[in-house]
Amino acid sequence: MLKLAAVAFAAAVIYLWQIAADARLISPVFFPSPTRTFAALVAMEERGDLWRPMAATALRMFYGWVLASLVGVLLGAAIARSGPVRAYLEPLLEFLRPLPASAIIPPAILFLGLTSKMAVTVIAFGALWPVLLGAYHGFRSVEPQLAEMAAAMRMKSVAFIWKVALPSALPDIFAGVRVSLAIALILAVVTEMQAAQTGLGFNILMAQRSFRSPELYAGIIVLGVLGLFTNQALVMTERRLLRWRTLTR
Amino acid sequence: MKLARFRGLLIPVVLVALWEIGARVGTLPPDTMSQPSAIAVAGWNALLDGSLLLETAQTFQTALLGLAIGTVIGIALGILIGLSPVLEAVIGPTLDTIRPVPAVALIPLALLIYGFGVRMEVLVIVFACVWPVLIVTVSAVRGIEPRLIEVARMLEMPALSRMRRIVLPAAMARIAVGIRVGAGVALVVAVTVEIVLNPQGLGYGMIIAAQSLRPELMWAQLLWVGFAGWAFNRLLTTIDRRWLQRYQTGGAR
Repeated sequence: MLKLAAVAFAAAVIYLWQIAADARLISPVFFPSPTRTFAALVAMEERGDLWRPMAATALRMFYGWVLASLVGVLLGAAIARSGPVRAYLEPLLEFLRPLPASAIIPPAILFLGLTSKMAVTVIAFGALWPVLLGAYHGFRSVEPQLAEMAAAMRMKSVAFIWKVALPSALPDIFAGVRVSLAIALILAVVTEMQAAQTGLGFNILMAQRSFRSPELYAGIIVLGVLGLFTNQALVMTERRLLRWRTLTR
Repeated sequence: MKLARFRGLLIPVVLVALWEIGARVGTLPPDTMSQPSAIAVAGWNALLDGSLLLETAQTFQTALLGLAIGTVIGIALGILIGLSPVLEAVIGPTLDTIRPVPAVALIPLALLIYGFGVRMEVLVIVFACVWPVLIVTVSAVRGIEPRLIEVARMLEMPALSRMRRIVLPAAMARIAVGIRVGAGVALVVAVTVEIVLNPQGLGYGMIIAAQSLRPELMWAQLLWVGFAGWAFNRLLTTIDRRWLQRYQTGGAR
């Protein structure tokens, strides 16, 4: 019943949008109706302007995110498990962390030019911090009894990290990785706009410059769908990988 | 403790020293990695002629305005949703569908509506800030001791004063957490919008410095942005400790 109401509400919002646009309450220059937006979406697909830019955006986002996740987990584990590493690196990282990720775009452009490499670097930098923090917390809060057990059994430290610390840190890592994914999408869009790389972000900027508002709306919707699906995929992976946690309880 | 602090400084100091030497000897390309000493001079000059402070004021003004609007919307909507499960079931799914839209995707739209300037930036910031505040408010309102609300019902408090006297104070400490997250987001989004296209503030200053081949100024600006972000965060922590902690333990008194 409530589900029906939820669908009805969403439908009502779209319907109101259609009525408002048809009545030209707001200038159609920046408020196209849903039907025009949908037509633009279909036209984009037919021209081949939908999947290719979407793949380009998703791929860059994915590379940067994977890079950030790897570095973040390794660095987080190192900082959490080793006192000296923490002492040497923490202040530097504390300075870098609050830096808005997009602020490194200008230097990144100076170094790498307007390239995909630049985009991936910026994405990886921005997406690093949530994973790093998550991994740090996760590896710090390993049950001390487990660590004692492992020490008593003379477990090698690599085996300890792989078999004990990593599984117990995984929920925190996943929390970080999910935030990172959202940041990666944001930065993928930003770097496209800034560096004129093919992709959805660049396309909506072009649509705006030539006042094709239906295409602009269609692009924003597609970006939202991309964000929704990548997040869903991650949630599902998380549920799979962490099934043992619910089983043991 | 003292020693640990020095160890933390070791890597940055060595890096900066190597950078300076490398730039002086000429192994580092001067058009990207200008000398740390030149960066310090450029930063000092930009600070003295007021350009840096003007840009900082522009960025923070916009970020705070966006944060304020986003917070009001987030709290209002969050309280409504938090108090009424039915409302959440009805409009929740729609909000969940809109939420993953990356805020920066709205930059072209905001530009189309308002043109360059403060308003377009604020629009993007509001969209980005609403979510953390909204989500935290919903869970904060859910977490209010149900007996408090029952008491309010029994006393037949009118809805508005119930909000003001029971719901808001009880949920405030946790809402403050959401606002803090939102504040960080606001600053980041503000700088981002400026870097992408809005001709004002710190982000634009950096892009202009880079494009006019003044890397030393760009690096100085980057350091300044980092410093401003850090200082802003410190300020929020202080506010949180000074004025908001008392709600934490006492609840609604």
